[in-house]
Amino acid sequence: MTELRRTPLADAHRRLGARMVPFAGFEMPVQYTSILEEHRAVRERAGLFDVSHMGQIHVAGPGALATTERLVTCPVATLKLGQVRYGLLCNERGGVVDDVTVYRLADDAFFLCVNASNVEKDFAWMREHAGPGARVEDRSARFGLLALQGPRSADVLRAVSSLPPPGLPRFRFVEGEVAGVHVLASRTGYTGSDGFELYVEAARTETLWSALLEAGRPLGLLPAGLGARDTLRLEAALPLYGHELDDDTSPLEAGLDRFVKLAAGGFVGAEALAALATRGIARRLAGFVVEDRSIARAGHTLLHDGVDVGRVTSGAPSPSLGKPIGLGYVPPRLAQPGTALAVAIRDRAVPAVVVETPFVK
Amino acid sequence: MAEYDIPDDRRYSREDEWASFEDDQITVGVTDYAQKQLGDVVFVELPAVGTAVEKGEPFGVIESVKAVSDLYAPVSGQVVEVNTDLVDHPELVNEDCYGDGWMLTIAVDDRSDYDALLDAAAYRRHVDDRKT
Repeated sequence: MTELRRTPLADAHRRLGARMVPFAGFEMPVQYTSILEEHRAVRERAGLFDVSHMGQIHVAGPGALATTERLVTCPVATLKLGQVRYGLLCNERGGVVDDVTVYRLADDAFFLCVNASNVEKDFAWMREHAGPGARVEDRSARFGLLALQGPRSADVLRAVSSLPPPGLPRFRFVEGEVAGVHVLASRTGYTGSDGFELYVEAARTETLWSALLEAGRPLGLLPAGLGARDTLRLEAALPLYGHELDDDTSPLEAGLDRFVKLAAGGFVGAEALAALATRGIARRLAGFVVEDRSIARAGHTLLHDGVDVGRVTSGAPSPSLGKPIGLGYVPPRLAQPGTALAVAIRDRAVPAVVVETPFVK
Repeated sequence: MAEYDIPDDRRYSREDEWASFEDDQITVGVTDYAQKQLGDVVFVELPAVGTAVEKGEPFGVIESVKAVSDLYAPVSGQVVEVNTDLVDHPELVNEDCYGDGWMLTIAVDDRSDYDALLDAAAYRRHVDDRKT
């Protein structure tokens, strides 16, 4: 068994009493005190997550725009400096290599923030598909990444910096100093609440973390772990790679059509996805609420009229709704809100109903 | 590392249940170590009164936000009472695992299963052995 990697904050997490678990090859905090408390802190006030395990892959040079445009499903040429977009890296079959956010740093410089579990795969994939004049560089180890999330996030940031600039919209970023530390602050996140993702030089991560925890404490900020991150993203119906997305699942099945430049094409996987769009998808991701206290979990079978119609990809109790929720793939006709399903949980078929997503707005 | 409450007035299974003996009945719950490992408990599924349970076999299920775990009977016998408060308040398992978070009471023919369980000192060693 290989040694788990540690983020720059591993010792800080232990001092806070975090329960550490292996995740994507890293030793990561799953919770500090309680997943439910940390979840509520983010929905009502603010939470601070260490997501330094995530990867950053840079693309720079005169061919950077063409290369990035060819690699991701979202439009890149129209990205302004200081703008971020969500998109997917697809394979030739239209399956998802990874889901990423694309940052435009300069006319000829971009970086992709990628899932920790996929850094090596993405880096190899991007190098293989890079065109002339584009340097692809894995800078993951150089950066720490903190996610400051929740309605009070901007107030926390203001307490220790002149950020964010007034009116910084979602999916825009700026560079600046926070508590004397240089950061790239992006108004993005993976919780469904307002917030920021702060990229920082690895060696300065703990200074930034401590300053934000201290500044946030009077505002009710809590350190939050991967457990709360998962329940928050599930309430927001944001896909998790390895659960809703994988190399054999297309973004169209996952309901991510709006992040795919199908009409423009010109990206890896475009032909396969265009053909799939014409042919029609055979399964679609649906969100459901369980009408019972039993909790649907990834891998459970979904039933309709007693027949096996698909699998749960993610499931958890929703702290905001007070009910179990889940995502899973079913035939498109069964993905319509209001459709009655059941989840096979242990020896019971537990009733569930398809609902509009996100579960929590 | 967090400290765990392990009262001396009862016995323990290696599967992290506690058992307390009174009037030929054994009350069962999960230990402080178990509830801390689980985190926030959100659902407890218990057998009906009258069900026969067998030592070392699953009698129910406990779900936290992150995970589902089986509950194992520390002794054999017949269920005579279950804690129905846990239906609406599974968080009692976190708040008071040795008191209001009890799970069920089992009628036993003799106390040999109970006597074979770990005492507090032995259970503490069992917990310590699993600390990283």
